[in-house]
Amino acid sequence: MLGLSSLWMTAGSMLFALVGALRLPRAAVLDSPSKRVRVSLPETLAAGTAFVPPGRSMAVFRDEDGVFAISTVCTHLGCIIKPTAEGFECPCHGSRFAADGSVTRGPAPQPLRWLKVSASGEQWIVDEAAVVPAGTKVNA
Amino acid sequence: MKSADASGSALGAFADNLRAAPRRIREGAFRGGAPHTDRTRSTFVFGNVFLHLHSVRVHRWSLRWWTTAGLGIASVAAFLITLVTGVLLMFYYKPYPDVAYASIKDIHFVVPTGRFMRNIHRWATNVMVVTVILHMARVFYTAAYRSPREFNWLIGLALLVTTLGLSFTGYLLPWDQLAYWAITIGANIAQSPREVTDALGVTDMFDPGGLQRLLLLGSDTVGPEALIRFYLLHVMILPLGLTMLLAVHFWRVRKDGGLARPSDADERLGPPAQTYPVFTEAPAKTYSLAAVVRGRTEAVNRGPENTLPSMPHLFYAELAVTMLTVAVCLALALVSDAPLREVANPLVPENPAKAPWYFLGLQELVSFSAFMGGIGIPAIVILGLALIPYLDREEVQTGDWWGGPGGWPLVRRSIAVGLGSVLALEAFAIRFGWLREWFPAIPQLVVTFVNPATILTLAYGAYSVWLVRRHASARAGALGLFTCFLCGFLVLTVIGTHFRGPNWVFYWSPADWPRH
Ligand code: HEM
Ligand code: FES
Repeated sequence: MLGLSSLWMTAGSMLFALVGALRLPRAAVLDSPSKRVRVSLPETLAAGTAFVPPGRSMAVFRDEDGVFAISTVCTHLGCIIKPTAEGFECPCHGSRFAADGSVTRGPAPQPLRWLKVSASGEQWIVDEAAVVPAGTKVNA
Repeated sequence: MKSADASGSALGAFADNLRAAPRRIREGAFRGGAPHTDRTRSTFVFGNVFLHLHSVRVHRWSLRWWTTAGLGIASVAAFLITLVTGVLLMFYYKPYPDVAYASIKDIHFVVPTGRFMRNIHRWATNVMVVTVILHMARVFYTAAYRSPREFNWLIGLALLVTTLGLSFTGYLLPWDQLAYWAITIGANIAQSPREVTDALGVTDMFDPGGLQRLLLLGSDTVGPEALIRFYLLHVMILPLGLTMLLAVHFWRVRKDGGLARPSDADERLGPPAQTYPVFTEAPAKTYSLAAVVRGRTEAVNRGPENTLPSMPHLFYAELAVTMLTVAVCLALALVSDAPLREVANPLVPENPAKAPWYFLGLQELVSFSAFMGGIGIPAIVILGLALIPYLDREEVQTGDWWGGPGGWPLVRRSIAVGLGSVLALEAFAIRFGWLREWFPAIPQLVVTFVNPATILTLAYGAYSVWLVRRHASARAGALGLFTCFLCGFLVLTVIGTHFRGPNWVFYWSPADWPRH
């Protein structure tokens, strides 16, 4: 009786220790670089034409209503989509998106994410971690 | 005088012992003596830690070529090849982004025999995946999973999953475009339960997808953390797990009474050839396992219960299959190089971004719905496979190819059904598109649960239920379902591999792909 209960207690504490040890692989601090990007838009950027800041997965636009940024990470499985004349298309499983990021075909479950833009002098700051409702455009 | 004598004899004994040492080491290593006779061979087999995975004698049925087609042994052989070549690759491979790519490039272009070893490793993994799947099919079609072997069937499924895990983790290691984007997609498939939790609006409270992805990548992007995790899984955790599962697998084969065979196997085999077995020495009479029974009984000149000594008969067969596997891997490695694209670029996906071929069927399903194709349906398939031996409790024709009600004609019809439905659905979806194109505003949950992938699964399931009722037999349903599953896997894999081009658009041939 005593032997059996100590056996179970040993098993229990080992299990507990194991679960505790499994906490280790769950990273607490992520190594990702800063999500805030400083962008200077070319003077000549035409409405409806995407500007892709070098090294970033986003497309920045300017039209009469202001400046806005759309993430180019596909909401299906994370491939980087290409801006086209009509909107965006994903190379991986053929999702297509309209110019406002809504899905027009393919497996993507969600519209593209609109990113938060704020003015900073002549430049713009886009925060890849902050999502804003589609249609949010910012003026200087 | 006396003392000199004593020391002389002590020295003499020392010299004698020294001279005897090699012989004693030999005798200690091979306790039963040289394996020249059936009896000493038996002792040899069960006295040797590696060989005693085998029983001392095997039934003649198990040795028939078509009982197993050698597929299990071929899988082990391929695994051993990946072990040897993989350890060699580890001498130079460095698991850090970009450095990893450079090290693979070194292995490929600079290291002596490096390219050859890498090719063999890559090809052996492909061979292993093929033989493991075929081995499973063999076990299924000979109904060899039935009681008492249900549990070993489950161990086998774990082995299949581990094998696929090994190749998936290995695929990232070269850190080229192919690797990077296949793993990005794979990691996001792990995250795809969000497709459902998002649609239900509960992701903030309950996010198993996000957790899976975080555990796999150790970060929110595919970077150094992900690479070291995949490396650890690939060279330590999964190979060790696979080895342990293999030990259990083999041990169960013996404890479950050797390979499954029909109850009337002895009659069907007929009497063994007169010339066999060849006794090179009169065996001691014993009834132990190692016994070779001799006497004026029916068993004269054949082993107990129609068996043959494992050594040499089983070992010859195993060696032959191993040599064949090695030869195939070497030949493939000589004619075809393992691919290596440009270094990984997180900004520009490979187009088309394709996983290893055995995952392209899944990728085709994923192109309908990430969650159902990548997690839902695979889980259903694994669960279904796991349940087979617990639903099929029949006994008729265990050990016979296509055994069970309906037999080969049923399998043939199921091939037609399986191929027909998957081809029809794919053709329809490729020609006319799917719900999202017709009704852009349709809720995501509808697309997740109503798409060609789920419809195909349902159709196969319904067909199998119909078979169960029609033949009043779970085995008939299983035969139909498994056959359909194989057909679906085959067709989707071929479509994903050959007929999908840039943007996952259907092309009749890669020659038609647009060039930029
Ligand atoms: C303990 C056993 C193994 C070890 C030590 C090992 C080690 C390695 C190493 C160091 C690499 C990186 C070098 C390279 O990419 O060429 C690699 C690659 C790879 N491994 Fe393994 N491996 C083992 C078993 C397996 C198994 C069983 C499979 C699959 C069934 C597998 C599939 C792969 C694949 C697909 C690659 C990518 C190969 C390439 O692109 O060159 N490995 N392995
Ligand atoms: S990742 Fe864009 S369609 Fe799959």
